[in-house]
Amino acid sequence: MNKKNKLILEVKGLKTHFTTKRGVSKAVDGIDFTLHKGETLGIVGESGCGKSMTSLSILRLIPSPPGKIAGGSVLFKGKDLVTMTEDEMRKIRGNEISMIFQEPMTSLNPVIPVGEQIAEALRLHQKMGKKAAWEKSVEMLKLVGIPSPEKRAKQEPFQLSGGMRQRVMIAMALACTPEVLIADEPTTALDVTIQAQILELIKELQTKIGMGVIMITHDLGVVAETCDKVAVMYAGNIVEHASTEQLFANPKHPYTQGLLNSLPKIHEDQDELITIDGSVPSPYNMPAGCRFASRCPYREDICITHQPNLINQSDGVKVRCWKYTDEWTGNRDKEGVI
Amino acid sequence: METAEKKIILQVDHLKQYFPVKKDSFFKPKAYVKAVDDISFELYEGETLSIVGESGCGKSTTGRAILRLDEPTDGKVHYMGQDILGLNKKEMRKLRGDLQVIFQDPFASLNPRQTVKQILNEAMAIQEVVDKPKRKDRMLELLGYVGLSAESLDRYPHEFSGGQRQRIGIARALAVDPKLIICDEAVSALDVSIQAQILNLLKNLQKQFKLTFLFISHDLSVVRHISDRVMVMYLGKVVEIAEKKELFDSPLHPYTQALLSSIPVPDPTLKRDRVILKGDVPSPIDPPRGCRFHTRCPFAVEKCKQEEPPLRELVKNHFVSCHIAEDLPV
Amino acid sequence: MLMFILRRVFQTIPVIIGVTFVVFFIMQLVPGDPAVLLAGEGASKETIEAIREQLGLNQPLYIQYFEYLTNVFRGDLGVSLKNSQPVLDEILVRLPITIELAFFSIIITIVLGMAAGIISAVKPYSLTDVSVMLVALLGISLPSFWFGLMLMYFFSVKLQVLPVAGWDSLLHVILPAVTLGAGGAAIVARMTRSSILEVIRQDYIRTARAKGLRERIIIYKHALRNALIPVITVVGLQFGALLGGTVLVESIFAINGLGRMIVDAIRMRDLPMVQGGVLFASLIFVTVNLFVDVFYRFFNKRIELN
Ligand SMILES: Nc1ncnc2c1ncn2[C@@H]1O[C@H](COP(=O)(O)OP(=O)(O)OP(=O)(O)O)[C@@H](O)[C@H]1O
Ligand SMILES: Nc1ncnc2c1ncn2[C@@H]1O[C@H](COP(=O)(O)OP(=O)(O)OP(=O)(O)O)[C@@H](O)[C@H]1O
Ligand code: SF4
Ligand SMILES: [Mg+2]
Ligand SMILES: [Mg+2]
Repeated sequence: MNKKNKLILEVKGLKTHFTTKRGVSKAVDGIDFTLHKGETLGIVGESGCGKSMTSLSILRLIPSPPGKIAGGSVLFKGKDLVTMTEDEMRKIRGNEISMIFQEPMTSLNPVIPVGEQIAEALRLHQKMGKKAAWEKSVEMLKLVGIPSPEKRAKQEPFQLSGGMRQRVMIAMALACTPEVLIADEPTTALDVTIQAQILELIKELQTKIGMGVIMITHDLGVVAETCDKVAVMYAGNIVEHASTEQLFANPKHPYTQGLLNSLPKIHEDQDELITIDGSVPSPYNMPAGCRFASRCPYREDICITHQPNLINQSDGVKVRCWKYTDEWTGNRDKEGVI
Repeated sequence: METAEKKIILQVDHLKQYFPVKKDSFFKPKAYVKAVDDISFELYEGETLSIVGESGCGKSTTGRAILRLDEPTDGKVHYMGQDILGLNKKEMRKLRGDLQVIFQDPFASLNPRQTVKQILNEAMAIQEVVDKPKRKDRMLELLGYVGLSAESLDRYPHEFSGGQRQRIGIARALAVDPKLIICDEAVSALDVSIQAQILNLLKNLQKQFKLTFLFISHDLSVVRHISDRVMVMYLGKVVEIAEKKELFDSPLHPYTQALLSSIPVPDPTLKRDRVILKGDVPSPIDPPRGCRFHTRCPFAVEKCKQEEPPLRELVKNHFVSCHIAEDLPV
Repeated sequence: MLMFILRRVFQTIPVIIGVTFVVFFIMQLVPGDPAVLLAGEGASKETIEAIREQLGLNQPLYIQYFEYLTNVFRGDLGVSLKNSQPVLDEILVRLPITIELAFFSIIITIVLGMAAGIISAVKPYSLTDVSVMLVALLGISLPSFWFGLMLMYFFSVKLQVLPVAGWDSLLHVILPAVTLGAGGAAIVARMTRSSILEVIRQDYIRTARAKGLRERIIIYKHALRNALIPVITVVGLQFGALLGGTVLVESIFAINGLGRMIVDAIRMRDLPMVQGGVLFASLIFVTVNLFVDVFYRFFNKRIELN
């Protein structure tokens, strides 16, 4: 379905760097993806690989200094957000593109009633009156499944449970019916029944108003159920980009394979979960070759000396790995060393 | 299975935690959020008991009340036979080394002006667990456990990603050699490979040092992996408690059944039948009479609206609070 | 909350008793025989003896203290040696003046200080910020008597827009209040700035930005309330410094307040006056601290719980 729909967001070569005493951290190092109307793009990847920084860069919310968008462009309906003035940007934030932040516990203002925190955006962008905005925010709280919403709206964040705060964040992001929703781990604090309800709500908005969604999550179950396509990130790069079916059926990049392997299985008992040995390279000191090389079971010499590119495969999957190129000498294919 | 012979490390009796709500008008009676409403359970040494349940059902509140981060309204908590709620500040501080907590978002509890090194150092210094010269090695060991590089020591909390902060919180909790750790959504911000690493670590530590975990999580596959027993809460009450396998294989309470059926599965080809619960989630400010679940329960009978079901041991070590649990379809 | 207030009020009782204790012993510390002092120079032996008898000075110390305490609680602070007026009456005449002065000064401390702090924080490291902070640094380092005299010279003598001294109209209040409040304002400004800059890094400020709010609203509505919490404590502390400052400022501007009264009393060796003055100043200090504490607690409770 996404093919016929209009392109709304196009990220090209996005780079976000942090300059600190210890050097330059290339948190986001050249990212490309597109998002169409009504489509859901999943972003998954190792903790610290730059998922949140990518999304914060889109809204130009990275802490600066030390952070800075060091290159690339973000085209929203054809206009480049990176070079836009701050005034123009403000009209887009919270209105046309909104974001659910990863940290539900600290992302709400501790001294302002949660209802007001939602109403505020409505008054600003939808020019609603005080009363209408308040009523709408109570309605939003109800929509995200918070019981006694009138009472809860008057409470301050510390009086709400973790999951309630997260739903307040969600209500806030959805209040102005944005065209693009960036959801950074939106359901970590929610139980599965409410999670299902929230995902349903997002889907509903997608079909109704054609909202495009960027769903950042480590919950592969959520990816499987909601996303049309998935970008797998590793150390500031996209290492695999595929449709959801393809990714789960036939993960290509060794990191993606490792990731799917380490899932705890709900229907069987394991003594020890499978992990990917080793750890991510420091963002201050990226290796010259493939960034996954130190942990990769298939590694060859070329992996250590040269960085692979994100290359289109015949089935439309893009993957950043020498294994899928002509350079691969490749007879250790399936088993792998180490 | 042989839990009966095991040593009880924590005993919670009739714990209640009520929070006052702002009144709409002066004349209305004072209302309360009955966040935790008379729950009892015990924790055996070296086991992992998980608490699961709907958002807002009182899981975190239970954890906080045990640690006296909020003073409970009523009830008793015994740690190794000692009445925790009766301890004074000094005694409590000593006990805090034994009882650690890992919060959902540790960023709030990490001092923004301290580097990771200072944070870990301070934790060790307060509880006097490691001699000064050995602390550096211990810190590096801890960081290794949670998959952070040595270079992290000199960085401040805000310079980390969400999952990395979480791991700092975990390292800090482990730094003081605790006996009981309350993990409140401790791994929910982590990607699966790191999550697997940490879960393995927790399990190993548990085997080695007989650690006990009270594990609060929404991720049922994680719960299934890590727990020995599972307790299900609904609106401030315990509705079911059983051995893990028993609970996942034959849940007795209708709420547990609904919960287990909504787990998303990482397989896009599989679209399963969910028991989507009908009706609004009732409010803990004004919980329903009788069985608290009756407003959404597909099987509710007249009795459920009137009488509160007691927690009954229906199968050995499997407790459930439902009037008609034995007659439910499986 | 109510429990906290009660407990806090309860805690001030020993403090107040401590204060009376110290004040009482000022008597004992003064070199020489208090009776001689009280009687004044050149008094006859009989008079001295009579005074000693009358004041119970030949009783054991603890009885004397106890009597002093009961007198204080009855509102009897003794009689001034200078003009034989009851000390309490003298104090009650001057107290309002000092309170008025302190009130305006603290207003200046708060308003000027916070405004400067906010202006600085809105654009950190800008030219405005640097200049405001430089002025603040000066404000902290300049001695207030010098500052007061400079103000007086400039505004009253040169420009002749404000009265030199005295305490008749609101115009009279301006210079002394500015003199007294300036140092505090400088401290509050620096504190406000750093506190705002710290708060601005918090996640919830990012949330506010993500809503598309203007920077001004983000500061006033979202950052300020949280940032002001530590500032309140500083203001509370400033109040103590300010009380001390009244002594100087009242002397410079010839204001007939409590501070000046104490200075005069010390100079005249009017001991009961000194005692009464110090006692009252301490009481004010304790009360203000009590309020600041309760206030702070009220604001901070939710932060803590978060
Ligand atoms: N203020 C900062 N200064 C320096 N480095 C930073 C700063 N903020 C983030 N980083 C680094 O940027 C990298 C990317 O962080 P990001 O938050 O995007 O990760 P993430 O993919 O969202 O991870 P998670 O799943 O844990 O949330 C991390 O390695 C982090 O350490
Ligand atoms: N300090 C407080 N003041 C008032 N109400 C509170 C306070 N803390 C918690 N509550 C209320 O108590 C109830 C239980 O909250 P709790 O945080 O224990 O839920 P939870 O089970 O941990 O949920 P979640 O999974 O969403 O974190 C909620 O209704 C919440 O609003
Ligand atoms: S490029 Fe080489 S090291 Fe990198 S993932 Fe592919 S095989 Fe492994
Ligand atoms: Mg993140
Ligand atoms: Mg919770």
